[in-house]
Amino acid sequence: MNLFFSWSWLPKLAQGLLLTLELTGLSMALGAVLGLILAILRIYGRGPLYPAYLLASGYVHLFRGTPLLVQLMTIYYALPTVGVRFSPFVAGILALTLNTAAYQAEYFRGAIQSVRAGQMQAALALGLSRLQAIRHVVLPQALRLVIPPWSNELIYMVKGSAVVYLIGVLELMGQAKNIAARTFRNFEVYIVVALFYLALIFLLTLILRWVERRTRIPGLGTAGRL
Amino acid sequence: MGEAQLGLPLPPLTLEHWLSVWSYLPTLLQGLSVNLALLGGLLGVGFVLGVIVALLEVYGPRGLRLFAAGYAWVFRSIPEILLLLLMWFGPAQFGLSISPFTAAVLALGLRSSAYQAEIFRGALQAIPTGQTLAARALGFSRLQAIRYVLLPQALRLSLAGWGNEFAVVLKDTTLAYAIGVVEVMRQARYIGSRDFPLTLPAYILVAMLFLVVTYFGLFLLGNVEKRLRIPGLEARR
Amino acid sequence: MLLRVEDLHKRYGKEEVLKGVSFSLEKGETKVIIGPSGTGKSTLLRCINRLTEPDRGRVWLEDVEITSPKVNINRIRAQIGFVFQDFNLFTHLTALDNVRLGLIRVKGMSKKEATARAMEELARVGLADKANAYPAELSGGQQQRVSIARALAMDPKLILFDEPTSALDPELIGEVLAVMEDLAKSGMTMLVVTHEMGFARTVADEIIFMEKGVIVEQGPPEQIFSSPKQPRTAEFLRRITDLYGGAR
Repeated sequence: MNLFFSWSWLPKLAQGLLLTLELTGLSMALGAVLGLILAILRIYGRGPLYPAYLLASGYVHLFRGTPLLVQLMTIYYALPTVGVRFSPFVAGILALTLNTAAYQAEYFRGAIQSVRAGQMQAALALGLSRLQAIRHVVLPQALRLVIPPWSNELIYMVKGSAVVYLIGVLELMGQAKNIAARTFRNFEVYIVVALFYLALIFLLTLILRWVERRTRIPGLGTAGRL
Repeated sequence: MGEAQLGLPLPPLTLEHWLSVWSYLPTLLQGLSVNLALLGGLLGVGFVLGVIVALLEVYGPRGLRLFAAGYAWVFRSIPEILLLLLMWFGPAQFGLSISPFTAAVLALGLRSSAYQAEIFRGALQAIPTGQTLAARALGFSRLQAIRYVLLPQALRLSLAGWGNEFAVVLKDTTLAYAIGVVEVMRQARYIGSRDFPLTLPAYILVAMLFLVVTYFGLFLLGNVEKRLRIPGLEARR
Repeated sequence: MLLRVEDLHKRYGKEEVLKGVSFSLEKGETKVIIGPSGTGKSTLLRCINRLTEPDRGRVWLEDVEITSPKVNINRIRAQIGFVFQDFNLFTHLTALDNVRLGLIRVKGMSKKEATARAMEELARVGLADKANAYPAELSGGQQQRVSIARALAMDPKLILFDEPTSALDPELIGEVLAVMEDLAKSGMTMLVVTHEMGFARTVADEIIFMEKGVIVEQGPPEQIFSSPKQPRTAEFLRRITDLYGGAR
């Protein structure tokens, strides 16, 4: 066994790490907005907005039922055949966003639906309108309940962002591949990258747990007595 | 792996292409069978290792429990594609050479074992402690209590989590493409390179295949769950 | 006449739960509805403030027809207090916030005014010191009292109570009934669905006995409890006294 490691790899890898964070952050944020809309359509759209409800449901099934890699490849390699061409970075963001939105839609839907019906009833009984009830009673609770699965999804997206190196984006994996191709030290470079990911996810987990603790309310969630 | 932008006029994508892609279905199915073989192999590896790690995490002495927790953290934090690359380039360091398929089974299997360990651990911990007490009161040893009372219940409670894991891992098998396994994604690429306008129809077809397999698999698992269901034995939430 | 209910009908699937219920309430009256479980008593209350929409029938609050499609139901609901069996305090808000929310968002009060008013009502139910507690930190009886404060703070014309003590442990029932009794004495118009016969006997101006979706008999407590006119009323009361061992 002959291992080699060079400090000169680190600057490029750090650059890649920054891009990884960008990709993850952007797609999670955009995915959250889209996901929330999809979730609301799925919950409240049955009567009045039926076509939108169907579209939202179809979207969720499609993007959760097919691999991220297929989605990415379709966007980057297949769409150009019909004249729709994206840069690797944009294609990556698009694929990651569309993918995470479907998962986040389900997490939001689950959280909103687990706010007990009595809460809505009590809000209406006070004279709040449906919209007010959703805004002041249901959402504050749902957003807290969604933190655990959302945190999980964030971790998944950090790992998912690694896949976009296959279309040439120079995030952490992409930079690693370049260094490996140059130095032929594939195993060693990838071990270093693995350490990067381990550290990153460890830190993220700590931050997310802190957020959960700060927004915790006794009785809200599985830790409650009610 | 970048596609060369030739600047040539694109051949148009016509209805004929959407129809002719179906003639490639056997090729794609052949590729899919590789994904499914990979799926079976890695779930098997993941199951055996996962159960062991879960038992260690719940019942083991402190040292092993820490190891189990660390194991879970490592294999859940490293991106799947990186695990594949590590398993592909790793053995060479030790003078071993393994096939891409084996590398994929091992890499994804290790990852799955970490997630299955969590599922199984959750199931074990959801069983009321009274069950173990009753078993011990009857004279069962620790090992016997685990084998005859806890495991059967834990396995049933894990079914929902496994359904989830199945759906996730099925999709991960496509990543084996990156280390050269000739599975369905690679087949789709071949089709596209042979006949450029068929790229989109081929990928759409692959997507449909995954939808079918996923929902069929979940349906089967749902039936198994129904068969094994015992009234009163449900996860406490 | 403060409240008038006319010929309410409600069907769930094949089952008709309310089969034409009519009665009225004058200002300051306390009426108690008793009857076997599942006879539509809760449904009746929910139809009055249209949390459940009746299939047929009309309801008037003073001279406004609540059941009319033209009416702004939110504004009506702000004038009718509702106390739930499950309390339904907003889990994510403190007791004070629970009582304040309606004042700020529905009545448009300033935070200062709302806080003062809310603290008044919390003090009235004896829980001023628990203003910053979350529902999960309160006992069942305390939660229900906060829920009553929440309803009172809105200055309602009438309060509906849907089995307010049924979800409480026995030793906590007394504190809630005491608050309700004070309310009745102070002149609040109340419509209460309950199994607490002692309360019904002492506090009610009139008892309404419902069974199988219809009002079987109504009258002052002395009449209903001592000499009921209908055999079904007598039958129910006999079963209840056997169960609860007489007046409490």
